[in-house]
Amino acid sequence: MTPLLEVHRVASFYGDFQALFEVSLRVEEGETVAVIGANGAGKSTLLRTVAGLQGRGPGTVAFAGRPLDGVPTHRRLALGIAMVPEGRRIFPSLTVEENLKVGARRDRPGRWDVAAVLDLFPPLADRRDRPGSLLSGGEQQMLAIGRALMANPRLLLLDEVSLGLAPLVVRRIYEALPAIRAGGATVVVVEQDVGQALAAADRVYCLLEGRVALEGRAADLTRQQITDAYFGLGGSSG
Amino acid sequence: MTWVNVVVQGLLLGGLYALFATGLSLMFGVMRLVNLAHGDLSIVAAFLALAIVDGTGVSPLWTLLVVVPLMAGVGYLLQRGLLNFSLRGDDPLPPVLVTFGLSIILQNLLLELFSADAQGLDAGRIENASIRVSDRLAVGWFPLLTLVTAVAVLVGLQLLLSRTQLGRSFRATSDDPEAASLVGLDHRHVFAMATAIALATVAVAGLFLGVRTTFTPSIGPTRLIFAFEAVIIGGLGSIWGTLAGGLVLGVAQTLGAQLSPGWGVLAGHLVFLAVLAFRPTGLLGRRVPA
Repeated sequence: MTPLLEVHRVASFYGDFQALFEVSLRVEEGETVAVIGANGAGKSTLLRTVAGLQGRGPGTVAFAGRPLDGVPTHRRLALGIAMVPEGRRIFPSLTVEENLKVGARRDRPGRWDVAAVLDLFPPLADRRDRPGSLLSGGEQQMLAIGRALMANPRLLLLDEVSLGLAPLVVRRIYEALPAIRAGGATVVVVEQDVGQALAAADRVYCLLEGRVALEGRAADLTRQQITDAYFGLGGSSG
Repeated sequence: MTWVNVVVQGLLLGGLYALFATGLSLMFGVMRLVNLAHGDLSIVAAFLALAIVDGTGVSPLWTLLVVVPLMAGVGYLLQRGLLNFSLRGDDPLPPVLVTFGLSIILQNLLLELFSADAQGLDAGRIENASIRVSDRLAVGWFPLLTLVTAVAVLVGLQLLLSRTQLGRSFRATSDDPEAASLVGLDHRHVFAMATAIALATVAVAGLFLGVRTTFTPSIGPTRLIFAFEAVIIGGLGSIWGTLAGGLVLGVAQTLGAQLSPGWGVLAGHLVFLAVLAFRPTGLLGRRVPA
């Protein structure tokens, strides 16, 4: 079966600095995949490459069997790839409701609309007429996820979901994942919190200095394996 | 009563300035682009109307039906085919140079096509008809129509920005172009739509100018300066500020001219400088709806 997302030997550069080295990753439709790794390991770069925000390097990215070479970010959304960027990137001059509405697409109908998102994240419902800039970090994260859901994506990329948020807020956001999956989205989450990632994901990729240091089913990986891959202590693949 | 008359005439003149300022304000608000060819594009619209009037004999106001959509189309293509390329990167200089060059090209093109003679659009009786309010105060129908049109255009633009998906996409792209691409917005298209709407308002402004006074291929830059002053006086990016700025500029100019015929434009400039010095964010602050 064709995987929903196939990243094949992708490299990525920021000027002279190489952030990714021949990274490959497969995501099947319906599963949840976590990408973990230390700061600067290339996790966000990988997601940005899939979303089309990062300059093209060697390697291929294919979505549902279709190569994405040269497809700009806004068309990738039309195909069904939505991303919640690092730092949330809420539109500050739009209200909560407007932030959601601007994410809607007539060509991608489905389960998610303003009412469904507000139902998923009740704190947003009380603030629907507030400017996006006046929300707390957790509310902004909920809004960013809701905004991405409005396009009814087949693939939802979540970058640094728990960064800078209180544990209670992080838990609430992860509690929304089952509903998001039930809505038809396959989820790839970039996470620094390893425990959270293992609990939420079916499979895990661990990046180390721009390379895949470890991949496997979340249930099969041992703490020791992950620690070694995370910090590059194993020596074999790092 | 003379002074009341002067202020009223100034407000009516301000309607025209507000019309001119609208497109400039919109383009700056959405894409941080200062269009130095703004005034020249309005003169292009006036000459287009003149050509249609000469060719068909219709009244100038009817040519709005053709000139406005035409200029909107020109705006879309201009943004898509030229201006977008000048907006790559964070360097503010390329768009300034490109629109400055465009301004010179347009002036010379008009000179080639229509000569340097002063032209006017004859709208017939409405141009001189007026409402007598009292012995010493009369309000011209045409200036009144200009002001009403300016208010209608600004109200329409405000509704577009606040109520429609297009308006939300303008504001979202203005806030954060990369995040906008993640919600499926192509900033090249969004910018082109903003310029299309801006040039539609520019067409209206050019046409009303052409009826109100005479025009030549080289007066575009003067219109740009008045539009620019109106935008700055009112406050960058504020729709109602644009109206307020136009009205203040109009009143300042007529008051100045009342004191001494040569002081009209100067008084406008002085108010503009005073606003820059004492209230650089403009009269209506720096709320950024666009």
